[in-house]
Order: sequence, then C-alpha cells, then structure tokens
Amino acid sequence: MKKFVIAVSAIALATTAAFADVIADRKAVMKENGRQVGVLVKMVQGEADFDAAAVMAALTKLNENVQAIDVAASFPPGSDKGDTTASPKIWEDMAGFQAEVDKFKAVTAEAAAAPAQSLEALKPQVAAIGQSCSSCHETYRIKKG
Amino acid sequence: MNLPGKLAIAAVIAAGIGGLAFWYLTEPARIDAEAEAALGTGDAARGERIFWAGGCTSCHARPKSEGEALLQLVGGVQLETAFGTFVAPNISQDVNDGIGAWSREEFANAMLKGVSPSGRHYYPAFPYTSYARMRPTDVADLYAFMKTLPAVAGRTPDHTLDFPYNIRRGIGLWKLLYVDDAPVIAVDEGSPEQLLLGRYLVEGPGHCGECHTPRNISGGTDKSRWLAGAVAAEGDGVIPNITSGEGGIGDWSEGDIASYLETGFTPDFDSVGGSMVEVQKNVARLTSDDRAAIAAYLKAVPPHPNGYPARPSTETPSD
Ligand code: HEC
Ligand code: HEC
Ligand code: HEC
Repeated sequence: MKKFVIAVSAIALATTAAFADVIADRKAVMKENGRQVGVLVKMVQGEADFDAAAVMAALTKLNENVQAIDVAASFPPGSDKGDTTASPKIWEDMAGFQAEVDKFKAVTAEAAAAPAQSLEALKPQVAAIGQSCSSCHETYRIKKG
Repeated sequence: MNLPGKLAIAAVIAAGIGGLAFWYLTEPARIDAEAEAALGTGDAARGERIFWAGGCTSCHARPKSEGEALLQLVGGVQLETAFGTFVAPNISQDVNDGIGAWSREEFANAMLKGVSPSGRHYYPAFPYTSYARMRPTDVADLYAFMKTLPAVAGRTPDHTLDFPYNIRRGIGLWKLLYVDDAPVIAVDEGSPEQLLLGRYLVEGPGHCGECHTPRNISGGTDKSRWLAGAVAAEGDGVIPNITSGEGGIGDWSEGDIASYLETGFTPDFDSVGGSMVEVQKNVARLTSDDRAAIAAYLKAVPPHPNGYPARPSTETPSD
C-alpha cells in the first residue's frame, strides 16, 4: 500500500515536472509581451519620447508573439499546479479563456496593422491593448503569494 | 430551594441581564445632529469623484458592465465568503426596488453607520467599515450625484447565510468593535495636505484596507497589519502586500504606484488582474493629484511583512 502511494506521488511529481517547461515557456511569452508593451507605455507616460519606428517594432514583435499563442499546447489540463499564477478557472471555462485569447489576437493584429504615427494616436492603442491584458488577468489569473 | 434550583434561577437572571445588555449594545446608532447638520445640500458634480473613489459599481452594477451600463446600479453581484453568500442590492433611483425614495439623512446613516432606514444593521460586506471615515459633505455630494443616475427596476435574491450570521442584530456587537470613524494611521501634526488627502481616499471612500488588510478570526481588519496583504476573502489566491515591508511594494516609487493606478501596468509591465481590475478602472477616473496622494500615503504607511502565509516552496503533493 505504502509503495503504491509512493508510486502515485512519483507520477504526480513527474507530471508536475513535465509541466514545469510548459509553464516556464508561457510565462516567458507573457514577460516578453510585457517588455514590448513597456516600450509603448513609457512613451504614453512621457518617460520616453515618441518614436514611430520603435512603436512599429514593438507592435510587430508583440503581435507575432500573440498570434503564436496556442491554448491547447501552452495550457494543458493539470498545468494550474506548480510555479504558476494561472487560475483553475482556465480549465473550468476553456471557451471563455479562448475568447479572451481571440480578443487579444484581434486587438494586437489591429494595432500592428496600423501602428500609431503620433503620441495622440498611440494612447488609444495602448489603452485597448491594456484593456485586453487586464480583462483576461481579471478572471484567469490569480496571485498565490 | 435546593442548590441546583438556586443556580438555575441565577443563570436565568444572568441571561436576562446579558440579553438586555445585548439588546442595548446592539441597538443601531444613527449619525448625530452635528454630522447631520454638516451634510449640507450636496453637489452632484463633486459627488461624481466620490462615486468613483468609492467603487460602488464594483458591487452594485451588473457584473462586467462597461460604459453607461456601469451607472445602472441594479445590484446582483454575489460575494462568496466564509459566512455565506451576500448579494449586493439594487441601489438605483427606483423608488420601489432601489433607494429612490431615501432621504439624504437615511443615505448618510447607511454609509456612515451601516444602519438602514428601518433601523436594521447592514452586514459589513457593504464596506461601511471604511465609508464611516468619509466626510458628511462628501456623502451628501455622493447622494446628489446618485440622484442623477437612472432608476432601474429589479429585486435581487436574498443573502444565503449560515447561522448565526443570519441574525442581523448580532452585527451590532461586531460593529462596536470594528466600526470607527477615526483614521487608522496617525500622521504627524502639520503633515503635507497631499498625505492627508491620500489617507482620506485610501482609508475612507477607497476602502483599500477591506481587501489588502488581513482579518482576525471574527472578520475584523487587523489594524496592526494595515495593508500587509491577505488571503482573499473570496476564492483562493492572495491580495498583495502594499506596504513597503518584505514582500510588499517597497521598490515601487510614488510615480510607479500612481502610474499603476492610472494605466494598470506594474513597473515591470505586468498587467493588473483579479478584483483589482475594477478598482484600477475606477481610480483611473480620478485626477492625477488624487492618484499621487494615494501613492504618497502608501509610501508613508508603516511597513509590514506579508499578511498571508508563505506559499509552500513545492506544490507537489506532500501527503
Ligand atoms: C488570454 C489571457 C491573457 C491575456 C490577454 C494576457 N495575459 Fe498575461 N497572463 C495570463 C496568464 C494565464 C498568466 C499566468 C501564467 C502562468 O503563471 O502560468 C499571465 C501572466 C503574465 C505575466 C507574469 C509572467 C511571469 O513571469 O510570471 C506578465 C508579465 C503578463 N502576464 C503580462 C501581460 C501583458 C502585458 C498582457 C497584455 C499585453 C497580457 N499579459 C495579456 C493570461 C493573459
Ligand atoms: C464590496 C461590495 C460593495 C461595495 C464596493 C459597495 N457596496 Fe453597497 N452594499 C453591498 C452589500 C453586500 C449590501 C447589502 C448589505 C446588507 O444587506 O446588510 C450593500 C448595501 C448598500 C446599501 C443599502 C441598500 C438597501 O436597500 O438597504 C446602500 C445605500 C449602498 N450599499 C450604497 C453603496 C454605495 C453608495 C457604494 C459606493 C460608495 C457602495 N454601496 C459600495 C456591497 C457593496
Ligand atoms: C476588491 C478588493 C481590492 C480593493 C478594494 C483594492 N485592491 Fe488593490 N489589489 C487587489 C488585488 C486582488 C490585487 C492583485 C492584482 C493582480 O492580481 O494583478 C491588488 C493589487 C494592488 C496593487 C499592486 C500590488 C502588486 O504587488 O502588484 C496596488 C498598488 C494596489 N492594489 C493598491 C490599491 C489601492 C490604492 C486601493 C484602494 C484605492 C486598492 N488597491 C483596493 C484587490 C483590491
């Protein structure tokens, strides 16, 4: 009996370990999104000068990253355990989560197709992108301390 | 009479006195004449700021509302807590289902004393524990602003609470312990106006401490760990420490805090999430001076280590 418990724990351990890479990868993607958005936010907040070329570069990179998000590959069932802030709600409501991803893809595609040429035009673009980040984080992410 | 008999009578008398004391202590208190006089007539334009600072829409608008729909305060948001499920009621101007028939004084008693027009205690799921620190004039302004909002019909379901939490009178005792209009954090005489404004916004209308401060066993906020972060009252997860203590936001500048409240991005460009999203959207509607004041206050509150237990270092099954 004890052996059986140990075996089960080992399997649990092994699956958690297997998801470690998936989790690390999806977090790296998110961090990278944050970096690109950071370039834009700094301009909006007046910490950096408006630079159309940098805006275009950041939006292009962000959009490439976002279009590559594959929910099935990056959020397999069970990967809410481990070093992650993904909420179990993702797996309780996969369709809702997918809808947030689709919205995110649409918003970044639209911005990348027409990168802002002025600070005034950048503000609503950044606001729309920020809205899609927080809308998903509101429901599908949870800080665990 | 034998001894057990005498004891029994003594117990009944004691219980009677206890019951009287209970009844007396739990008697709903109303605002005093001074506060009532201080209400004034109210100004709707000024009241809009208080409305967003107070975050009424987070609980009293339909979940996930945006734009004009935010102003339809029809209620319905469910708050699932350890005591049971609370449902935020309709506070639109509908005279039957909402608060359209309320006087300014009745509204002030709800906000500042947690007492209904018929003299019942409200549950502190309605954060009057913080609103009690609001200035009467701000409450009157808020009342005037809310008068400009639409009347929407519709009754919300009742709360579903476990015994003994379903006995409203009992809240009276709890209120004696935990409702206080005095500021939480003492600041030095002659402190800058900005710090005082920040304290007012955070401790009063902003009710930031209701989520960010750990609670003791009876559900009161633990003021000795003010804003130290807490286990979330609803669902799992934690609310972060927003003091400068270990695990908190000591490495955020005042500008970082103000910028987070305005844009929803952290200093390392993570995005706001969870129940803070609604708060951030509301605070983004205030002026940059208000946000700077909140930031100045957060930098001035005493630092505390995290008010929630550390996460186990491995999440692999331990049993
Ligand atoms: C479709 C949902 C969704 C959208 C949209 C989204 N995120 Fe996330 N984000 C998540 C989830 C889920 C996690 C938790 C990942 C984990 O820990 O496994 C996360 C985590 C993060 C993290 C922390 C990564 C780490 O190292 O722990 C950052 C930073 C971040 N997101 C930034 C952003 C920014 C910036 C945007 C908008 C440009 C954004 N996110 C949009 C779902 C989303
Ligand atoms: C965290 C959620 C929450 C927030 C934020 C909140 N309320 Fe409430 N409110 C409630 C709940 C729950 C009740 C019901 C309390 C009870 O039944 O004892 C309530 C009750 C009320 C009542 C009494 C209604 C009645 O029919 O008796 C009024 C008035 C009210 N709230 C006004 C406000 C105003 C104004 C704001 C913003 C400044 C606000 N509330 C913010 C949750 C909230
Ligand atoms: C309804 C509960 C609630 C209320 C009220 C609330 N917060 Fe928060 N707050 C949160 C949660 C949850 C987070 C974590 C957000 C996330 O997951 O990204 C947070 C995060 C924050 C952070 C960022 C901390 C970090 O380490 O990322 C700051 C700063 C903050 N809140 C300030 C405030 C201020 C100022 C107020 C009052 C105006 C306030 N909060 C009111 C729930 C709340």
